[in-house]
Amino acid sequence: MQPADTPTQRPPDARLLVITDGDLRHVSRERLAEVLAPGDLLVANDAATLPASLAGVHVETGATVEVRLAGRRSLAPVREFTAVVFGAGDHRSRTEDRPPPPILEPGDTLQLGPLTATVQQRVGHPRLVELVFAGSADEVWAGIASHGKPIQYAYMPRPLALWDVWTHLAAVPAAFEPPSAGFLLDWGMLAELAGRGVDFATLTHAAGISSTGDPELDARLPLDEPYHIPAATVDAVTAVKSRGGRVVALGTTVTRALEDAARDGRLHPGSGLATRRLGPDTPLRVVDAIVTGVHEPGDSHYELLRAFADEPVLRQMTAELEQGGYRSHEFGDSVLLERGVS
Amino acid sequence: MLFLVALGTDSEAPENNFEEPNMTTSTLPSLDGLRVAITGGTSGLGLALVELLHERGAAVAFVARGEERVREVAGGLPGTHGIAGDVSAKNDIHPMALRINAALGGLDVLINNASSLGPVPLALLADTDCEDFEDALATNLVGPFRLTKALLGALASAARQERPAVVVNITSDAAVTPYPSWGAYGASKAALTHMSAIWDAELAPHGVRVLAIDPGDMDTPLHAQAVPDADPADLKQPAVSAAEIVERVAALVTERRTADATR
Repeated sequence: MQPADTPTQRPPDARLLVITDGDLRHVSRERLAEVLAPGDLLVANDAATLPASLAGVHVETGATVEVRLAGRRSLAPVREFTAVVFGAGDHRSRTEDRPPPPILEPGDTLQLGPLTATVQQRVGHPRLVELVFAGSADEVWAGIASHGKPIQYAYMPRPLALWDVWTHLAAVPAAFEPPSAGFLLDWGMLAELAGRGVDFATLTHAAGISSTGDPELDARLPLDEPYHIPAATVDAVTAVKSRGGRVVALGTTVTRALEDAARDGRLHPGSGLATRRLGPDTPLRVVDAIVTGVHEPGDSHYELLRAFADEPVLRQMTAELEQGGYRSHEFGDSVLLERGVS
Repeated sequence: MLFLVALGTDSEAPENNFEEPNMTTSTLPSLDGLRVAITGGTSGLGLALVELLHERGAAVAFVARGEERVREVAGGLPGTHGIAGDVSAKNDIHPMALRINAALGGLDVLINNASSLGPVPLALLADTDCEDFEDALATNLVGPFRLTKALLGALASAARQERPAVVVNITSDAAVTPYPSWGAYGASKAALTHMSAIWDAELAPHGVRVLAIDPGDMDTPLHAQAVPDADPADLKQPAVSAAEIVERVAALVTERRTADATR
């Protein structure tokens, strides 16, 4: 599929493939509100995206490195991050064409602009490390804000700025790459949803990196992702379930958070750490439908869709998307997939 | 386990920014746990607001251009979060919003207070350089527009969690009365006032209020730049204006809590 290569969050010609029980249609994505039914609940991820790419040097060897922050264990103001480390070069070179990072030992120092990070340990892969930043939480955020750049994509002709990767809902900086399903929302659409009687709620989920270019590492994605579900959102879910409406998750991250917080069958508010991968064997206890980007077979987002639909449905979906010329990736088109379609 | 140990030893960090709101109803509204960001927070009215809100128990982040002065003010008020940045600079807005949201774990109240007079000394419009006019618009109008937009996700999120969500734009009687030589400032503040009213109408369904408040003529560095020979005795103390603004915000907080309690 063709990647969308302009950072426009709501291109006027964006499309939405709608697959619900007994229905398959192509609509303009601006008409999402009409596709949802009065009484449904749309849940979005309000995480702002960090400028998670930090250039610097490995102090022990003097080697140039790029650190991509990739995970945290908690949304509380901690200074510890899981990170993927690359050698010299940038996102325009393929990962396999870049020199590997120096061997990173526990105790090694990375100087990343104003930030000083210490390697705590490698995590089962030469590129994947736990880092702890020196200084107070405020100082660490100041350094990330001034020195970091959003993680870039090779298919984008010009670099992404922070405003390109923040959704209109962006609140607490928690995501390492944008929760891009949320790009489709603007304030006008939120008003339209309310006018149609569609309820709206949010949670905060630290969307992790989507790809590193290193197959061995990519096989481990998604990493564990912390999230927070407000009590008001749990109340909204309870209300929609009791009136027989659908919970529609805007994005894979929302799905992952809601299903993790409802592992025991009941949705709990508060903070958690999503560790499970969702797939064909995952029972969906909360989410009835997902609105997501256009994903290709094999990537972890696509695998998550197996929790919603069987292979024949997903095959048909992929065929429709290809025939329809849908654009993939962060700034591409969208799909609404209801669970249990056969 | 590594993370838990490290977290427990970080005495500077709040326990958990993601706790549910801890706001109790009382006759004198406590501002405990209210998350407030203030621009222009190192002098005049902004500094008075930072001091008062901090004293009243709010979690405060403030922005100002001078890095050293920011550090000094933050150091004097432990627990506040100082952020160096320029609201008139496009590229500063998102890093600023990121740091505000990170420091406070979200946002309930934004006070757009940073202001520029335009030409100093004040000048008749016909004698005002376009660049000075643009500077007044950038600081007093476009900056608050950009910062409000960048923080609207956090404010609306607060509203959805049944917290107060308020933007206060500091305006002036120069927005209403055409004082000669206050053209750049007056025009930018008039636009800010009108923009506030439109934001308020548009955001009401999302539970976000936007107020324009005229604090009066105060004894501040900005006023001294504008009217160097003013008698301070004729001017309001910024602490008095700050108290009035905080009462307006506290009234909205109480209103919101009362509405929630009676639902």
